[in-house]
Amino acid sequence: MVSTIRTPHPREKRIIFKNIDRPGWTNDIGCYLHDGGYEELKKAFTMKPGQIVNEVKLSGLRGRGGAGFPCGVKWGFIRPGGTKPVYLICNADESEPGTFKDRYIIHQDPHQLIEGMIISCYAVNAQLAYIYIRGEFPEGAKILERALAEAKEHGFLGKNILGSGFDLEIYVFRGAGAYICGEETGLIESMEGKRPYPRIKPPYFPAALGLYLCPTIVNNVETLCNVKHIVRIGGAEYAKMGKPNNTGTRLLCVSGDVQKPGYYEFEVGAITIGELINDICGGMKPGRTLKAVIPGGSSAKVMSAKDRYKLKTKQPDGTMAETEMGLEDIPIDFDSLAAAGSMAGSGGVIVMDDSRDMVWALNNINEFYAHESCGQCTPCREGSLWMKKITGRMLHGGGVEQDTDTLKSVADNIAGRTICAFGEACAWPTQSFVAKFRDEFMGTAHKKGNGNGSTNS
Amino acid sequence: MSAPTELLNVQIDGVWYQFKKGTRVIEACAQAGKFIPHYCYHPKLSSPGNCRMCLIEMGMPKTGPDRKPELGADGKPVISWIPRPQISCAQDITEGMGVRTDSSLVRECRHGVMEFLLINHPLDCPICDQAGECHLQEYSVEYGTAGSRFLEEKVKKPKRVELGPRVTLDDERCILCSRCIRFMKEIAHDDVLGFASRGSHTYLTAHPGKRLDSNYSLNTVDICPVGALTSTDFRFKMRVWFLKETKSICTSCATGCNTIVGSRENVIYRQTPRENDAVNSAWMCDYGRLNIHYVNSPDRLKFPQVREAQGLANVSWKTALAKAGEELKQFQRNSVAVVASAKMTNEELWLTKKLIDSLGTVYHDVVPRAGQADQLLMSADRNPNTLGAQLFGITSEYPGSKLREMTEKIASGEIRAVVALGEDLTQIGLAESDLKKLTALIVVGILPNETTRNASVLLPACAFSEKRGTMINIKGRLQRLNHATLAPGEARDDWEIIRDLLQQLTGSNGIYLIDDVFKEIAETIPEMTGLSFGRIGDHGVQLVEESEDAQPVAMTV
Ligand SMILES: Cc1cc2nc3c(=O)[nH]c(=O)nc-3n(C[C@H](O)[C@H](O)[C@H](O)COP(=O)(O)O)c2cc1C
Ligand code: SF4
Ligand code: SF4
Ligand code: SF4
Repeated sequence: MVSTIRTPHPREKRIIFKNIDRPGWTNDIGCYLHDGGYEELKKAFTMKPGQIVNEVKLSGLRGRGGAGFPCGVKWGFIRPGGTKPVYLICNADESEPGTFKDRYIIHQDPHQLIEGMIISCYAVNAQLAYIYIRGEFPEGAKILERALAEAKEHGFLGKNILGSGFDLEIYVFRGAGAYICGEETGLIESMEGKRPYPRIKPPYFPAALGLYLCPTIVNNVETLCNVKHIVRIGGAEYAKMGKPNNTGTRLLCVSGDVQKPGYYEFEVGAITIGELINDICGGMKPGRTLKAVIPGGSSAKVMSAKDRYKLKTKQPDGTMAETEMGLEDIPIDFDSLAAAGSMAGSGGVIVMDDSRDMVWALNNINEFYAHESCGQCTPCREGSLWMKKITGRMLHGGGVEQDTDTLKSVADNIAGRTICAFGEACAWPTQSFVAKFRDEFMGTAHKKGNGNGSTNS
Repeated sequence: MSAPTELLNVQIDGVWYQFKKGTRVIEACAQAGKFIPHYCYHPKLSSPGNCRMCLIEMGMPKTGPDRKPELGADGKPVISWIPRPQISCAQDITEGMGVRTDSSLVRECRHGVMEFLLINHPLDCPICDQAGECHLQEYSVEYGTAGSRFLEEKVKKPKRVELGPRVTLDDERCILCSRCIRFMKEIAHDDVLGFASRGSHTYLTAHPGKRLDSNYSLNTVDICPVGALTSTDFRFKMRVWFLKETKSICTSCATGCNTIVGSRENVIYRQTPRENDAVNSAWMCDYGRLNIHYVNSPDRLKFPQVREAQGLANVSWKTALAKAGEELKQFQRNSVAVVASAKMTNEELWLTKKLIDSLGTVYHDVVPRAGQADQLLMSADRNPNTLGAQLFGITSEYPGSKLREMTEKIASGEIRAVVALGEDLTQIGLAESDLKKLTALIVVGILPNETTRNASVLLPACAFSEKRGTMINIKGRLQRLNHATLAPGEARDDWEIIRDLLQQLTGSNGIYLIDDVFKEIAETIPEMTGLSFGRIGDHGVQLVEESEDAQPVAMTV
């Protein structure tokens, strides 16, 4: 993999990405051990599993895979002393458009992930764990295989790890190239050798009825890496990073129309959208102005630079008050982005400048979702392709007056009515693009292009 | 002793009801008279929740700070409603649950799902076999809209796919509910169907190298809510709304699956399973289902005949019966044998026993038909009423055990007359030359064979769909056949023929209706005391305690 090696920006706080692009750093276990690797595992074994779960609860760590669910709470769903085996699965399917953080951990620092996983498995008493890696990452899978073999040679995996009495095996499971395999229950079905049809919840919450209907924890790569650092500094100390309910650091993947796209790590909420674009990413391309930002991967609702956002912020006197602000002033953290009507999602920040045609942009997203819908449930299966066909037609000069409203209502008929959150993932872009850039969509009805108005496929 | 079932309080559309613990929300609503439309849900299969047609609003009792349910002014729990609609097919009711089946959100959801299901649907109802019994059509009327907002081209998919020898698939009509897949996996235990591709391009197919050739394949056609799966046998033969539906039972094995016979103007077009949890759940096998076409055969025996110098000649019933009576009177006691059938009804067998008794012969039995039992429905005993034949003394514990002696005595000339009821004697080891040796061969049957061709008197009778009557299945369940079609030509109901033969020997016996026969049986047979055709009902009556080891009776030919 070719990557332009760049030194971290001074405003970054690199914990998870400490070793990414680090001069002289290699991804083998020797280098990792030399740098103090697997010390946190040794420390973890001096603690009781329940203590680790408590530290993770205390840390306030929220899932980095997209939904932002508190990790410690999720772990707490596993009842100690159950009769069924517990599984832990690391979700390395990283398929959300605009997201490219987990792959760097896997490629450059696989032992950080493995150490985080061993500690997590010990905490929830999982003796079998898997890394589910997307099919398009063959190199990553090889690196992980090698790293796991190294860890095993060094006694960090296998029976009676470091004399703790704890046994664990970790295996790499390769996906076959489907976005829906990132959805945790689709992922589990896929591991069971079936089509990755997400399961209905209730009853199939993974923590109760997961892999082979046994209690299962599914966590994102970045989430599991954080566990190692929570053990290192303690949950309370970890919680001091970021802000309340938005603790720790966050990996951000910036793509689109900025001068310096790339990956960065900040304390959660430490920078605003404007600071990220202008100070960190070198600003917009010459002569261009900011039009819109999708802040958390392609599923997140688009935010327009023209809009004003009302957010509750902490006043100098310590009280909370509603403040109106522009897009660039919104801090990048879970709660602020949610309050502004979008989400922090997977950390994929997609920046669009004034040259972007929003119908084109939405059609691009719609093509992705129409292709990736698993097809199991009616609204998403039929709606995702319908939306794509409409935006495709609008784009090629076949737009009609009612398209904009039809688009919105199709999306409304998907969101909240499907088996899995893919329904929202595919509806939110349409809902938000149409709401925020209505004139551009309405304009296509009068724009004549080269299309004949119909879309095939 | 089972503990009394716990009852739970559930509010449906503002009214509180009580249901048994363990009731599905969708079933509770149905019990309260609130039908919830659905496609993928089937009570006999797992619930994938994929069609999203059964979305409802659901709520749970609100709990106060003391963790106890908050009570409203009416003393009932206050419900806190879940903001997202929920499927009603996969969850059981819980105490204090609230359900709204007809709110504007629920109506909007159904509306949306209907629209989604139709945008890529070919809408070829005029040429679709399912038309008239299609849930897509039905729900369109109730929950859909007249117009379409869909301006795009529809998705193209495979058509006229031969999934197996008996099932044809139109993938464009498939709404991907997965009922057929689940049936094959969960009930037929032959996991051959699955979906391929993804998104809106998903289509149903058999797994590579597999065919839908299970003996239960046609059940998938029954449960397919649309016209995607059609019976290769039935498709394009008849519009379903023209079919007269008659409740009946399958007579192709001792299981006696409950069925509906679909006929029009005396022609049977199809036979489909009818739900009866004591017998066949909601299923039947393809073998039994399709074993109906002989009823419509052009070769059916239509006229009574007697042997004359040139061969068999059509005569009146009166003449034929008189001739039969005359012949039988010559050969009484053990020079005459009665070969009956375990395919006959109880009423026919009852009268047959009387005939046997008045002839005074010890030579009587039925012809066993043995096959392989399949662990699902099909019984090794391919006769539908062996238990009846045993109960009325036509045969013994070992059906067919007397046949050898009988055939030997026919071949040796010791037995000179045979009454053959619905059976072909060449199937029990007799040669045509043996039949020619008989002085009298009185045959009751429906289709020509070696035996009918050698009859001295041939009496045409009714097929299973042309008569009423009862049979006892392998598990001791008494079930009814009903009249669906008329017999061809002058063919008559078997029980009447046997009664008339009996009258030739014994004079008038006061039996005018089949109900009279059943009444006599009910008065004589202790297991049937108090029963009547009406009391048997559509689902039958268990005569003997059902035993787990109810094995097909031993076959000895
Ligand atoms: C359509 C869809 C795709 C998803 N893809 C991913 C993914 O690629 N990686 C990931 O970590 N989580 C993904 N998720 C989220 C997972 O379902 C799950 O919430 C997550 O792995 C939990 O880990 P966390 O709590 O550590 O975030 C996806 C969810 C949906 C609905
Ligand atoms: S919402 Fe979409 S991706 Fe999720 S189960 Fe339904 S069809 Fe599949
Ligand atoms: S063929 Fe029929 S039963 Fe099978 S998935 Fe399609 S619609 Fe459902
Ligand atoms: S199992 Fe027996 S009774 Fe049932 S349909 Fe098949 S042949 Fe008929």
